Amino acid sequence: MAFFVPTEAEHVAPAEVADVELYHPKSWWTRYIFCQDAKVIAIQYAITAGAIGLVALVLSWLMRLQLGFPDSFSFIDPGDYLQFITMHGMIMVIYLLTALFLGGFGNYLIPLMVGARDMVFPYVNMLSYWVYLLAVLVLVASFFVPGGPTGAGWTLYPPQAILSGTPGAEWGIILMLVSLALFIVGFTMGGLNYVVTVLQARTRGMTLLRMPLTVWGIFVATILALLAFPALFVGAVMMLLDRILETSFFMPAIVEMGEQLNYAGGNPLLFQHLFWFFGHPEVYIVALPGFGIVSDLISTHARRNIFGYRMMVWAIVAIGALSFLVWAHHMYVSGMNPWFGFFFATTTLVIAVPTAIKVYNWVLTLWRGDIHLTLPMLFAIAFIVTFVNGGITGLFLGNPVVDVPLSDTMFVVAHFHMVMGVAPILVIFGAIYHWYPLVTGRMLNETLGKFHFWVTFLGAYLIYFPMHYLGFLGVPRRYFEMGETDFIPQSAQTLNEFITVVALIVGFAQLVFLFNLVWSAYKGRVSGRNPWRATTLEWQTPDFPPRHGNWGPTQPVVYRWAYDYSVPGADQDFLPQNLAPDQVTADNRHKDLPDGAVQPAE
Amino acid sequence: MAQPALTNTGESLPRPEGWQGIAADWSSDQRAFKNVSWGKAMIWIFLVSDTFIFSMFLISYMTVRASTTVPWPDPSEVFALTIWGTKMPLILIAIMTFILISSSGTMAMAVNFGYRRDRVKTAVLMLATAAFGATFVGMQAFEWTKLIMEGVRPWGNPMGAAQFGSSFFMITGFHGLHVSVGVLLLVIIARKVWRGDFDRNRRGFFTSRKGNYEVVEIMGLYWHFVDLVWVFIFALFYLW
Repeated sequence: MAFFVPTEAEHVAPAEVADVELYHPKSWWTRYIFCQDAKVIAIQYAITAGAIGLVALVLSWLMRLQLGFPDSFSFIDPGDYLQFITMHGMIMVIYLLTALFLGGFGNYLIPLMVGARDMVFPYVNMLSYWVYLLAVLVLVASFFVPGGPTGAGWTLYPPQAILSGTPGAEWGIILMLVSLALFIVGFTMGGLNYVVTVLQARTRGMTLLRMPLTVWGIFVATILALLAFPALFVGAVMMLLDRILETSFFMPAIVEMGEQLNYAGGNPLLFQHLFWFFGHPEVYIVALPGFGIVSDLISTHARRNIFGYRMMVWAIVAIGALSFLVWAHHMYVSGMNPWFGFFFATTTLVIAVPTAIKVYNWVLTLWRGDIHLTLPMLFAIAFIVTFVNGGITGLFLGNPVVDVPLSDTMFVVAHFHMVMGVAPILVIFGAIYHWYPLVTGRMLNETLGKFHFWVTFLGAYLIYFPMHYLGFLGVPRRYFEMGETDFIPQSAQTLNEFITVVALIVGFAQLVFLFNLVWSAYKGRVSGRNPWRATTLEWQTPDFPPRHGNWGPTQPVVYRWAYDYSVPGADQDFLPQNLAPDQVTADNRHKDLPDGAVQPAE
Repeated sequence: MAQPALTNTGESLPRPEGWQGIAADWSSDQRAFKNVSWGKAMIWIFLVSDTFIFSMFLISYMTVRASTTVPWPDPSEVFALTIWGTKMPLILIAIMTFILISSSGTMAMAVNFGYRRDRVKTAVLMLATAAFGATFVGMQAFEWTKLIMEGVRPWGNPMGAAQFGSSFFMITGFHGLHVSVGVLLLVIIARKVWRGDFDRNRRGFFTSRKGNYEVVEIMGLYWHFVDLVWVFIFALFYLW
């Protein structure tokens, strides 16, 4: 930063790697606000994502209130309702999940887990956060402009997204598109850091196939994001032009309120293709980090090496690659050629193979493991269950013949909330319970955590299981209220009331979690270093919690993979990745080695 | 325990040739691309991402061109200039393309002199590249002005399909933005080279970090990419 005069003393060029030059912050301002330390940036990302996620959570309560008790709330009109669903969806998918998994967990864990001192470009990494914050502020601003935020649905399909009948067509849609473009710019700056750090900044002995699966998941998800976000960016630019300059990229000739508009000859389907070429990989951008993190949680808390590590890695890579070939399964009802449907149904169902490999491997890791039902483990197991559940309804929807009648019903809502809402959020909770001691040096409160877990897990099922049934009955999604519909029985309304009550209770449990986060930071039990007795490098730093530069005078040397739990013959039931071979057993430790002898890193 | 000398992979380590070499690199520790600095790895990955952006723009252009029912204007007609009473199709765009390709030549020479630590020649060649780039943008501004005078607008034009103007201004505008950013960066880096920042380890204004001559090559990679993209825009927009 040019706000102060840098001196030599403030810079440290560690001896190991020529490329790295860390800036050691001296003032409060550069330590906590304009900070270049990936760990602080991670916390900034996490707090911002959590704050905007709370807004989306409140929006979901308002939606549920309307659905459960229609005609009871005068402050929710149909236009508001559409704005709530749009903002809820967009915030949750992009500004919360993507930002938290990649910007939050990615920033915190990648450098620590691969044994780097920081991300490769700390300054660009810092900019990434500030651009993300700007994107969030632009998004929030849309709540306060005339007409309010856009109500086009999170898919923003034209032509309706920019026609005046849609709420927020005046300003909301413009701010939404600008915010998305900014988010993509900010994400790209961070994403380049994550990818290059994994590829080029690992420590000695850290091969790609010794990395914890958390890093693999975040790494592949970042590559997906760098290749998928361009489609959204281009779609956003073109729709902005359609909205502001009245170009006709997506807009056909159209009559609105009896008036012929100036649009002609555009192709609305083009937007759907652009959107879903981004949108489907986006599902895996959110899921893959979850897959990776949950693998590590299960392995650590079952004291057992992950089953089929290489298969797990290749499954992540295969899912990532396949995710670019399935986008049109979101468009079965768009009127596209049925042969396309055939192709996309096939590729969609093929994804079930690597995904199933992962699920089997998680279960096989648990099998005969020394399972500790700690909070991270509870959330990890809950993830497996909810993910399998959501994944199986995905097989239904992947088939055009089943999808067509279920399209745009509550079944779809239940499916994607289960598979990319509940499941990744459960992983995030588990991960927070797992790594909170690393960040703060204190444990989260166990009792509050158990309460949070059981209410959230059981509540999620009580919310989304009945919703599948509503979908079978034909209850459409995005409807403000059912009104006089013959084919929907009265019992559906009763079910809706039930879901609303549960949703509010689950929402309350999240406030307990927030309280726990704040309270435990000051009053929580001091964890001591490595409370979970984990093998991965982030727990082996010389300072605990880790300080800027992570590794003190020398970077660690890695001798083994990340999953040496319960190794026969070893003194303890876990072998940290940087534990030298001659330290594994007491016998070895006392063996006299000639001066200066160094064990080879295999 | 740690041996600093071994971790410096700035020099080539002996390794197998061909595919086995690639496999050996990817299964090794520290770096997947041996001898590739962080900066160069980053710009390559960025360019892949940017390639996707331009591909999406061009595919979208092809799609709207194929979808519209109104005839597409004939580029040879629209982009013709009348010089000394002769109507010459695509003459302006041919000159622009020639200029941009030439700028890649001067950029490559700048990279070469950068690695020879030839401060003055590097800076001069970068400035020449920037001048070519600025000329290109200037001629593009002239082309835009001419079309606007003829009634072409993003939302419509007298020659045919409205999407012609929309795609034209959007795609050439986005590319022109890339060239303009490139010109700006070229001037900034040329100034640093000229001043000898990289010889004297002077710290940057924003990052307060030391730079080195490699940034010239990174700049060059970006510049060649922008030129290469232009070839595709030229082929798909002007020649089709």
